[in-house]
Amino acid sequence: MIEFERVTKRFGSWTAVDAVSFTVAEGEFRVLIGPSGSGKSTVLRMINRLIPADEGAIRIDGEDIASLKPEELRRRMGYVIQSVGLFPHWTVERNIATVPGLLGWPRARIRDRVTELLELLNLDPRRYRSAYPHQLSGGQQQRVGVARALAAEPRILLMDEPFSALDPITRASLQTELSAIHRRTGTTVVFVTHDMDEALRLGDSIAVMDHGRLIQCASPLDILTRPASPLVRDLVGREEWGLKRLAVETVGDRARRQESTTGEPLAAETPLHRALSEMVARGTERLPVVDGDGRPAGVLHLSDLVRPDAGGTA
Amino acid sequence: MTVAGMAPREFLTDRLMLGLVALVALVLGMPSLKPLFATLYPGLDRPLYEAESFVRLTLDHMALVGVSSLAAILLGGGAGIAVTRPWGREFRGLLETVATMGQTFPPVAVLALAVPVMGFGSEPALIALTLYALLPVVENTVAGLDGVPAPVLDSARGLGMGPAEVLFRVELPLAAPVILAGVRTAVIINVGTAAIASTVGAKTLGLPIIVGLNGSNQAYVIQGALIVAALAVVIDAGFDRLAGWLTRWSQR
Ligand SMILES: Nc1ncnc2c1ncn2[C@@H]1O[C@H](COP(=O)(O)OP(=O)(O)OP(=O)(O)O)[C@@H](O)[C@H]1O
Ligand SMILES: [Mg+2]
Repeated sequence: MIEFERVTKRFGSWTAVDAVSFTVAEGEFRVLIGPSGSGKSTVLRMINRLIPADEGAIRIDGEDIASLKPEELRRRMGYVIQSVGLFPHWTVERNIATVPGLLGWPRARIRDRVTELLELLNLDPRRYRSAYPHQLSGGQQQRVGVARALAAEPRILLMDEPFSALDPITRASLQTELSAIHRRTGTTVVFVTHDMDEALRLGDSIAVMDHGRLIQCASPLDILTRPASPLVRDLVGREEWGLKRLAVETVGDRARRQESTTGEPLAAETPLHRALSEMVARGTERLPVVDGDGRPAGVLHLSDLVRPDAGGTA
Repeated sequence: MTVAGMAPREFLTDRLMLGLVALVALVLGMPSLKPLFATLYPGLDRPLYEAESFVRLTLDHMALVGVSSLAAILLGGGAGIAVTRPWGREFRGLLETVATMGQTFPPVAVLALAVPVMGFGSEPALIALTLYALLPVVENTVAGLDGVPAPVLDSARGLGMGPAEVLFRVELPLAAPVILAGVRTAVIINVGTAAIASTVGAKTLGLPIIVGLNGSNQAYVIQGALIVAALAVVIDAGFDRLAGWLTRWSQR
């Protein structure tokens, strides 16, 4: 658990972070979003003490981080940045092994862990273990960056616009992988972005910052349907609002459980905008739904997508 | 790697090997060239410099260059590291000014200034050479460390490396090629400057050159200069080799 209590950071006379308070629960995926210069990176870098706070308290699992050795604190957290920052003179294996090496893990354990992580991030260990960063594509480098951050099984993962330099397809596949990793490991994630679609897609909760202040901290659905200020509304954007609205709920949330129909079923966790796309593609207004075990879980009707009682409008 | 183990072509194209062979041959074989110099300069009474052995002069020359370069590496490298740390940043301008001034002084002037303080001999030469070698080392250490990409440093710290780990595992290996280039320049400059140091009484390969110039003995000048040149070639080629090894080492 991460707690900020009226945390302030000034650079000269400029207040980059202004009395910010929030809590990130154990295992939560928290996204920080806001315009450029709003203080997102500063907040993130205060969590691992790369930037010291001027005022207020930051606690991890109830412990004030000011009382911990910075190096020990950081080794317990993963850290990923947009420009990746892989060590160019080390192989992929040694890059990933950085924190386990600092923690003094035995060689065999490090080796196994590297293999496991390369597989987890869809990089063939035989091919990439001994490669140097300059031999990898941007997307592969970022995968190694994520693997390096996860290496010592951190309880907290800090990510500063990790995917923003990647092309849309690579970004989407890394987002999917990150979501899966988060679900599997239960790691607490703090993820900075300025892409609202990415925020809506990944976050359990989204914190919106502006001029060093926290404007709103809410679930993706509430950010969409109950924006706290015009800025939040602008960040969401009016364009394709309806599709974004659909994207934050799943087929399972709206399916009519008692009914059944024929056809290729959709998984219950499919986002609703995908379901709409399927209906258009198949030329149908009804789709069968199955749960995680493949058992029938009802039918989704086209009209369910615009059901007025299921959340607000723009 | 032995000479015998090399194919002829490989041997002929290896600058380091050729230079070493030429250097050893010149140093040991200079006395046997006496008839040659006698023929070239029939007017000279003594066509071969014999006051000191060339072996002695070469070893002294190398020792002077070696010690002064080592001192410059330790001092210049240490200072370069210090001014790129958070606690030393404010001295950076001062250090760069001092190092530049050290180099704008002509070597002869530094030597001449050192003599009244330290007397004749190799001490003033050592001081002058060290000062002289300082600039390239300082400059390249600072440039090399500055050149380490900011995201790489950010990751290193963010992953929990302490200041010493960041310096020795990340910064120095990445800066090493640039630092080595500075050391190379420093050493090559010193091979030449050490010859001039004979004017203040250091016994180096400059001695036959100075004596030859004073006594209009061109043979002495050529003998000294040939060996200095061969030494410079060997050292330069040696640094090439070292740079290659370093690239491989820093990637381990
Ligand atoms: N080391 C620093 N020295 C001085 N000012 C800084 C420093 N770091 C950040 N700032 C300032 O603090 C403000 C917040 O910066 P921060 O990097 O947290 O913004 P951000 O929300 O991450 O922006 P972006 O989306 O562009 O990355 C900016 O105005 C920035 O100029
Ligand atoms: Mg930022």
